[in-house]
Amino acid sequence: MSLLACRGVRKLFGDHVVLDGLDFDVAEHEVVALIGASGSGKSTLLRCVNLLEELDDGTIHLDGEHITDPRADPDKVRQRIGIVFQAYNLFPHMTVLENVVLAPVRVHGMPRQAARDLALEWLGRVGLAEKAGAYPDRLSGGQQQRVAIVRALVNSPRLLLLDEVTSALDPELVGEVLSMIRDLKSDGVTMVLATHEMGFARQVADRVCFLDGGRVLEQGPPEKVFAEPVEARTRQFLGRIIEAGRL
Amino acid sequence: MSLSPAQLDRIAYRRRQTLLSVLVAALSTLVLGVLLVVAVTGAPGWDRVRESFLDPQVARDSLPDVLRGLWLNIRLLFFCAVGALALGLAVALLRTLRGPVFFPVRLLATGYTYTFRGLPLIIVLYVMTLGLPGLRLQGMPSTLVLGGIALVVTYSGYLAEVFRAGIESVHPSQLAAARSLGLTYRQTMRFVVLPQAVRRVAPPLLNDTVALQKDVGLVSLAGPIDAVRAAQIHTAETFNYTPYIVAGVLFVLLAAPLIAVTDWVTLRAARRQS
Repeated sequence: MSLLACRGVRKLFGDHVVLDGLDFDVAEHEVVALIGASGSGKSTLLRCVNLLEELDDGTIHLDGEHITDPRADPDKVRQRIGIVFQAYNLFPHMTVLENVVLAPVRVHGMPRQAARDLALEWLGRVGLAEKAGAYPDRLSGGQQQRVAIVRALVNSPRLLLLDEVTSALDPELVGEVLSMIRDLKSDGVTMVLATHEMGFARQVADRVCFLDGGRVLEQGPPEKVFAEPVEARTRQFLGRIIEAGRL
Repeated sequence: MSLSPAQLDRIAYRRRQTLLSVLVAALSTLVLGVLLVVAVTGAPGWDRVRESFLDPQVARDSLPDVLRGLWLNIRLLFFCAVGALALGLAVALLRTLRGPVFFPVRLLATGYTYTFRGLPLIIVLYVMTLGLPGLRLQGMPSTLVLGGIALVVTYSGYLAEVFRAGIESVHPSQLAAARSLGLTYRQTMRFVVLPQAVRRVAPPLLNDTVALQKDVGLVSLAGPIDAVRAAQIHTAETFNYTPYIVAGVLFVLLAAPLIAVTDWVTLRAARRQS
């Protein structure tokens, strides 16, 4: 049974159909990269899975539980899914440590001291222990994004969603975030990442899904999708990427 | 470490410029001051004005009573400011509640801010202090407390809108981040939205508190003797306006620390933004 199962997911913004009967599955410990043009619905899909957007049709199951049932408690569902945003969205009035311990203490009822220890252990792992007392505006973009990932991970989510987490970063800071994601993969964290970093998707993803027209048009192992795409639209998209020197 | 001649020259030039601007500022202040003194004291009616507004003997005589009145202003200001801030925040939060269950609450909160921002404070004061006791209910609080309540309901109407502006200025992505961590709506408000909102609107909140400080004296319309009323009583006894000047100076002195705090908070907020 898959960890995440989307069936016939439909999402409209006004008259604009973003997701059009999309089917999508993620197995436990799998890392899936969502690729596709801007506006192809990568971010929207992630926001739907995290219940930040309401579906217009279809269902999403997590661990076999129907999470898009209006009777399901969205707060309980979100406790099991972590999401990291393109713009980090750290809380600017809290220190790095306070950002990280907020959910463990307030949502998961962890004792404050235990949460601190856990947070400091995680921050140490990603080389940010000495920044624990700093406010986010004192950190570089790459450091802020690593804190945002830690903030999601301390809650041991079943699934981690990464929404173009390197798009807002200066090129020389992208590497530190990508290497952190690579480490998470070896820890067995289940991840879905929407990304424009094709080289990275090729290295780290077990499977690549190309979104087009509100559906998964083509998917498979990265070496197959990137080397010998079947669909014309995929070839066209990858062609443009190569032209821009991003693959 | 030795500096280059160019840098040494720059430092020397800037030092000369600083000295020069201090001198110019001192001179222009002096000239303006002399002009003002000459213009006022040289006016044809200056002697009469000095007698009726700046009589040291009358000032000394009225000071104890005006100070006693001022103490009432200070106490009222403290309780009314705390009450208005608390009620204003509560009303602002009620206005942001979503969902059909809260429709009547939202409607009530919205009506509240419309009514009490529109209604002149003096009318609220009269209704509370003269109208309510007329009901002859048991346990009716004193006129002073009723006047304080009138100030609280009026000012909380304004403060609620200031709080609401602050709440709405917090970017939706902050809400998304908080909710995605599993925080409930209430927790999101308490830990993420309100701390940022209150920080942002601290300057206008303090500004309204300075305005409140001057308006608390209006309770004297219903009887209690505040600083201005005490000055008025003395003026009526001596036919001399000096007590008003005494009260005015005391009000400015009382407001100064609050205004200084407001400026400091505003400056700090501006620095944090940059």
